[in-house]
Amino acid sequence: MAATAESVLKPDFKSQRKHFIFTDEHEQLRESITSFATKELAPHADEWEETTFPDWVFRRMGELGFLGLDKPEQYGGQGGDYFSAMVLGEAIAAANCGGLAMGVAVQTDMAMPPILAFGTEEQKQEWAVPAIKGEKILCLGITEPDAGSDVKGIKTRAVRDGEDYVINGSKTYITNGHRADVIVLVTKTDPDAGYDGFTLFLVPMDAPGVIREKKLVKLGMHASDTALLAFQDVRVPASAVLGQVGKGFYHIMWELQGERMIGAAGSLAGAQRCFDRTLQYAKDREAFGRAIGHFQVIRHKFAEMATKIEAARQLVYVTAWRFANGEYPVREISMAKLFASRVAVEVADECIQIHGGAGYMKEYGVERAWRDARLNRIGAGTDEIMLEVIGRSYGL
Amino acid sequence: MTQASPPFTDEHEQLRESARSFIERELTPHAERWEEERWFPDELFGKLAAQGLLGLKYPEALGGQGGDYLHEAVLCEEMARIGSGGTAAGLGAHINIATPPIWKFGSADQHERFLVPAIRGERIGALGITEPGAGSDVASIATRAEQVDGGFVVNGEKTYITNGVRAHFIVTAVVTGAGGQGGHHGISFLIIERGEGVQSAKLEKLGWHASDTATIAFQDVFVPQENLLGELNEGFKLIMANFQWERLAMALGAVGAMALAWERTAEFARERNTFGRPLSGHQTIRHKLADLATSVYSCRCVTYDALRRFVAGEDPLKEVTMAKLLTQRAAFELMDECLQIHGGAGYMREYWVERAARDARLGPIGGGSDEIMREILGRSLGL
Repeated sequence: MAATAESVLKPDFKSQRKHFIFTDEHEQLRESITSFATKELAPHADEWEETTFPDWVFRRMGELGFLGLDKPEQYGGQGGDYFSAMVLGEAIAAANCGGLAMGVAVQTDMAMPPILAFGTEEQKQEWAVPAIKGEKILCLGITEPDAGSDVKGIKTRAVRDGEDYVINGSKTYITNGHRADVIVLVTKTDPDAGYDGFTLFLVPMDAPGVIREKKLVKLGMHASDTALLAFQDVRVPASAVLGQVGKGFYHIMWELQGERMIGAAGSLAGAQRCFDRTLQYAKDREAFGRAIGHFQVIRHKFAEMATKIEAARQLVYVTAWRFANGEYPVREISMAKLFASRVAVEVADECIQIHGGAGYMKEYGVERAWRDARLNRIGAGTDEIMLEVIGRSYGL
Repeated sequence: MTQASPPFTDEHEQLRESARSFIERELTPHAERWEEERWFPDELFGKLAAQGLLGLKYPEALGGQGGDYLHEAVLCEEMARIGSGGTAAGLGAHINIATPPIWKFGSADQHERFLVPAIRGERIGALGITEPGAGSDVASIATRAEQVDGGFVVNGEKTYITNGVRAHFIVTAVVTGAGGQGGHHGISFLIIERGEGVQSAKLEKLGWHASDTATIAFQDVFVPQENLLGELNEGFKLIMANFQWERLAMALGAVGAMALAWERTAEFARERNTFGRPLSGHQTIRHKLADLATSVYSCRCVTYDALRRFVAGEDPLKEVTMAKLLTQRAAFELMDECLQIHGGAGYMREYWVERAARDARLGPIGGGSDEIMREILGRSLGL
């Protein structure tokens, strides 16, 4: 609407802030996911921090069609656009359970895309179709005890043996690692071939020799199960190769882009949620005779946070738009991931500070928000790796 | 032995060495279990007392070591070596905030009944100021003490009280002003002993897991007249008097924890290989460590200067406030960077660093939040 003499009298702070990448349909989807997460998930969030979230969450979300929003209809997906995946990445924050959001994101935006992009028809039918239904759970194995962002340093070996491959090695920090039915596994098939020596495999988690060694205890994301896995002489047929032999490194670098995008969306949503709840607190809590939000120092903290969140939002949405339009904007994705995850941590920390002593207590949930958000500056490539990618993209 | 830097002398460095070796031998190996159990054993107080560590600054006549605040400062720093902020906090609350007001404002009888057994580690103390509706806003305290025959009857609630479950006595701020008015001349301190009507409920927190931080409810608790600490209605002064030492103790604790975290992280960076070389061989990590070392050093200098002034009998309100503000934020930022340098390992409980970050996060809130520190500074600068 164009500005008129009448409409510029008073700023409209309550106007619907729909971004151009989203349509009315996306907003309806956002509402239905939010309402599902609020009614069916959030009431259990505290309990799941202690127990990790149950597998029925996948089945239920599959039933509702939420696990295949942007996946092709022929495999049971909804056939929507990439932005519908972003909507899920944000709206799932209403579950108030960072570990759950992460477990779901591994399913929909990390492990599944390589299967759909590089898999054979048989592999798609075997794994993607039930995964979209929520009947099978996926995980992704890149990191090892001695190789994280340094993917080239991966030591897990897959050696050809007749018609089969035999896999040996270990993977760590694997989300869904204990509950998963299958792992998208990064291995080295040719140690002398450098970047061309990696191959992805789809390894069923019940294959002999797959050992779920340890449930890892973490700073946050307590509702998520994180595993240390060992592979001891795991034999898989050649048909378990995902994508091209020797092209695993490039496959996984592509996968990481979607992973970083969805991570950025999650960070953004987490920051917004934390902001909203703290705003309410600042309006209710009184000190020195007035609501603390009415002290200039606190008011300005909110102004600062809102600005940062808005900047993160624009960066994430516009990058998603480029990604969805077929570009491969690695630099911008790295920027969006770096920026949004930093903002989420800074916002959560300020929210703890605004809550004062209450912020340090478990009861208010804000300390959990910080613990959960803190992962995003490490997972899917650390801040330092993002800076390295961005720096090198300028030829430095 | 490390080279002594002012205001410390060789004598303090000897104390540092013996305190450190005691802590590393007797406490550090158990820290992880205490964190897990959300509780460190009460016996620790006795163990520290046997080493003379609960009474460093108290006169020998009361069972103390006859030292001064500088000796205490050494312990504050070394306590970081436990590797459990909650344990250091519980011991520190006893040493640095619960007992000093009794020493300074208590009668001979109160010294005998509370301070002497506290120095021996037989009775554990807590300080009760914060309430659900009043934190740094001390003047809005609402816990009431009605004057009755022979003493007071207390009703109200205190929260975020370190040692709140285990304490045998709670040095408690209460409203005694006419007509229930608190404010600057309506607050008094009572030493409330655990007994009928005193109920504690433990709180779960972001960090400080080994500490039994609690909400304490007082319901019609009778407190005898002889447990009034200092003058009636002049408790506000008492609060302000100990804030300076409490904040200095926090600054010293932060300096100790930062130095330790830096050493450990530098070691990690030298040993961990990525992209074909040690982490410390990457410029970005090397520079991070350089920044962090600078931060540790600046915090140490600011804190030692405030400490020197405090010990010299100045009233260094401004310097102590700055030291508290600077070190608590810097310590958390340093722990967060150390966590970052550890990468995925930093997020795992197995390594010490996620706990150090959680523990350090209390610093900018406890003992007066950063915002309150800035407010004090702003006013002290005449703004």
